Amino acid sequence: MEYFVQQLVNGLTLGSIYGLIAIGYTMVYGIIGMVNFAHGDIFMLGGFAALIVYLILLGMFGGVPIALALFIMIIIAMLMTGLWNWVIEKLAYRPLRGSFRLAPLITAIGMSIALSNFVQVTQGPRNKPVPPLVSSVYDIFGISISLKQIIIVLVTAVLLTIFWYIVNHTPLGRAQRATEQDRKMAALLGIDVDKTISITFVMGAALAAVAGTMYLMYYGVIVFTDGFTPGVKAFTAAVLGGIGSLPGAVLGGLMIGLIESLWSAYFTIDYKDVATFSILAIVLIFKPSGILGRPEVEKV
Amino acid sequence: MANISQTNVVVSNNLMARALREAFYAGLVALGLFVLFVGLKTDQNILNELVLVQRWGLLAIFVAIAMVGRFLTVAYIRPWFEARKAAKAAAPTVEREAGFVARNFSLLALIALVIYPPVMVALFGFQGSLKWVDNFGIQILIYVMLAWGLNIVVGLAGLLDLGYVAFYAVGAYSYALLSSYLGLSFWLLLPIAGVLAAAWGTILGFPVLRLKGDYLAIVTLAFGEIIRLVLINWTEVTKGTFGISGIAKASVFGIWSFDVSAANNFAKVFGLPMSSAYYKIFLFYLALALCMLAAFVTIRLRRMPIGRAWEALREDEIACRSLGINTVTTKLTAFATGAMFGGIAGSFFAVRQGFVSPESFVFLESAIILAIVVLGGMGSLVGIAVAATVMIGGTELLREMDFLKQIFGPEFTPELYRMLIFGLAMIVVMVWKPRGFVGSREPTAFLRERKSVSGSFTKEGHG
Amino acid sequence: MALETDTMTKDPILKVEHLSMRFGGLMAINDLSFEAYRGDITALIGPNGAGKTTVFNCVTGFYKPTMGMITMRQKAGKEYLLERMSDYEVNRDAKVARTFQNIRLFSGLTVLENLLVAQHNKLMLASGYTILGLLGFPTYKAAVGESIERAKYWLDKANLTDRADDPAGDLPYGAQRRLEIARAMCTGPEFLCLDEPAAGLNPRESLALNELLRGIRKDTDTSILLIEHDMSVVMEISDHVVVLEYGQKISDGNPDFVKHDPKVIAAYLGVEDVEVEEVIEQIAEITPGDTH
Repeated sequence: MEYFVQQLVNGLTLGSIYGLIAIGYTMVYGIIGMVNFAHGDIFMLGGFAALIVYLILLGMFGGVPIALALFIMIIIAMLMTGLWNWVIEKLAYRPLRGSFRLAPLITAIGMSIALSNFVQVTQGPRNKPVPPLVSSVYDIFGISISLKQIIIVLVTAVLLTIFWYIVNHTPLGRAQRATEQDRKMAALLGIDVDKTISITFVMGAALAAVAGTMYLMYYGVIVFTDGFTPGVKAFTAAVLGGIGSLPGAVLGGLMIGLIESLWSAYFTIDYKDVATFSILAIVLIFKPSGILGRPEVEKV
Repeated sequence: MANISQTNVVVSNNLMARALREAFYAGLVALGLFVLFVGLKTDQNILNELVLVQRWGLLAIFVAIAMVGRFLTVAYIRPWFEARKAAKAAAPTVEREAGFVARNFSLLALIALVIYPPVMVALFGFQGSLKWVDNFGIQILIYVMLAWGLNIVVGLAGLLDLGYVAFYAVGAYSYALLSSYLGLSFWLLLPIAGVLAAAWGTILGFPVLRLKGDYLAIVTLAFGEIIRLVLINWTEVTKGTFGISGIAKASVFGIWSFDVSAANNFAKVFGLPMSSAYYKIFLFYLALALCMLAAFVTIRLRRMPIGRAWEALREDEIACRSLGINTVTTKLTAFATGAMFGGIAGSFFAVRQGFVSPESFVFLESAIILAIVVLGGMGSLVGIAVAATVMIGGTELLREMDFLKQIFGPEFTPELYRMLIFGLAMIVVMVWKPRGFVGSREPTAFLRERKSVSGSFTKEGHG
Repeated sequence: MALETDTMTKDPILKVEHLSMRFGGLMAINDLSFEAYRGDITALIGPNGAGKTTVFNCVTGFYKPTMGMITMRQKAGKEYLLERMSDYEVNRDAKVARTFQNIRLFSGLTVLENLLVAQHNKLMLASGYTILGLLGFPTYKAAVGESIERAKYWLDKANLTDRADDPAGDLPYGAQRRLEIARAMCTGPEFLCLDEPAAGLNPRESLALNELLRGIRKDTDTSILLIEHDMSVVMEISDHVVVLEYGQKISDGNPDFVKHDPKVIAAYLGVEDVEVEEVIEQIAEITPGDTH
């Protein structure tokens, strides 16, 4: 039982990271119907930004309190990736808006390749280990919960609340939902569609940056290829939950995290990704629009 | 007159002011983008701790490039484009007769391919030609074959498949395993690999084909990853990440062998000096023949009811069903046919490398193949072949750019930039030509004259 | 009643019995029964939201009705229960073809190719499920020739021969409508369902369409079921009219009968809100006791 709960905690932590990335996929998909393949690399970029900020802090001020350091890392990583995604959307995706469906997908794949290789070229191809930032572990009823896990789950919960509020209760969120439903009509009603889409990209990137920082803190290492696997899993999570649905993305992320940790705990760790992808395939075969996605009505 | 020139001056002054302003903003943005990633580099010191290396000079170069680029774009390039567009709109469109090269492009390309190995041998000698025939020729032909296979699924049937590399892997491992365990010959295994891949295509396709659009895309991606992960983890059979090596070479229909020790070794039989170039040249022609076969089958299939049904499926699935077409079997045949091409390409890949490992079948390969199909223009064999040549050959050329070391210093490794440039090229080509190199479609039947269909009418499918 | 003699003498090709279709809480069709007769043009009319297209989608297999039975009886006597068949089987086996309210052409294929795709099943057989065709067997070539002849026939009927090699998406709206009908005819149907064929047509295109439909009736033994809003088209070409309102049948008979049916007038034929009461009074006068 304790072992099981322990795995639940681990899964929840992992799932929070996936969920944060998945929101970026799902929002962009919701608003312009595009699979932003480069989103995983934005996450990786966020992790790298946090790493570099951490090294700067270390070098300049020596012993900064870790809470403050983490806060600064998250904020700068968010700004940094937000700027990146803003520029990327403007240069690579906006010219293709409204054209051929596969064109933006290919551009996004190209962007993903370019981004990871950009980091490889500028930061080097080797693993970047950092000393453990947070190392306290608490023992609660026989289950060991580390402070990093608590931080990850808490930060995710706080961000999701803020985020949920923005989407549901602010004019910006209203503009986003309107653009999602009918871009042309939204434009006619005076919504600056371009700006709304840009902001959506920036918001998605900011969440991915938080996930990147958390990932760096949790695993203590990052490398330029780290965008791919978490990216694909987060995308899987978004699809599993029902792409376009925000709660779906979080739910999907948590599910993938749990599947992974439970599978590794009870079966074999080698096939954990096979399990994840198989469950995705099975869910989609029986519920083709994901768990919380609106079923697509075939209009005749 | 004076008035007009004055307004011109004002306009150009305004333009310059704007260009300068925009250049300034671009500089700011570039500074923001690159300050952490270019300005600083994380490096390990002797204690294996990460330290930062400062590179402000490089950062300044990046920012300067962004500023100058933006300035030139706003001040000169954009007005030039607009002027050209206006001139084009003003001038009546003159139908230009296609030149000799354009009209006979396929034939000329084929001739060029046939004489390519002897020309390379003549230029660089047997040993020197190896690189050109193998790295460029054979590699590009493998990608052409793969892309033509994927073209059936994506370009014709309009089904987005992000896990195509799975079938490539099935083909490669079929050959590798069956030839090492059972000792079957290449010529027997080539069709078997195709059939096995097609069977896998059907098995994987069956449950997922009622999914649409991006759901289909992610499930195919998942299947691609599953197959790769199984290849990595099922070590008893596949030897995991070590891969399978020492795969038997192909022979010339069993008559001449390329094994050095064999009695009927090609070089021995003809009394030639020993060289691995003969084998590569043989493989080149073999790849070429397989490509021609694939092209022939594709062209033929497009004129068959099944091919037309594929294209109709891409255009409108509901209309297809209203006309009595079983869309499930139609999709499955597209999937299986595409998979078969992938499988054949895979077994060819295994025989060429003599070694297969799961590393060759990562998602990036699927992405590259898909990119070639879309960049080439979906459905167009010629466009796809051109795209494969440009993208694969182009990035391969970067390996050869040793002279760049003399410009950027000895530490400069052009190879490192290969995939970066590949990714950027994908973006640039897509933004420049969203429909790919060849956007138009050749009709499969005609009453009076064959007119190509402009890309603006064809759809890309939702499946 | 004229209606009853009709059923006695005429041979029904399509029988819809107690058809109901529910979407969530909405009853789109409620216990609808009607028949379409062989050789007739039957029109299904009714105000917006009356459930006409839903009936169509049930008949052609695109929707599975919640309840009811739809029987298609072919000329040779073979009967098909359409509600049990999937959409493509309805066309392939039962020989029921259809068009769509929002035209669904293969816009990137040429006009001729559109008509060849419609002959898919026949050609598939002739090509030996692609294998013989791939090997270049002459039977396939002959079948292709035949299909092109058939396509030419319908191109001519639809007045599209000049545009045969142009992409379907390039045609003007009226021509696209005619092409969609020609394409449906190329499947060799016994029963053709047209969903608002005259919608959005200008008067000249409307005329061309009527001519095409009359030609189909005269030269082939295909029966037609059509949904239409344009009353002039309905009254001019149909033999039999079924009127729907809120998913129920309110009238059924020849155009003349329907045109003068007060319930139809009240429900459909342009009664303004202020006039409703007046009409109800009229109905009360004509059919005392029956105020439904």
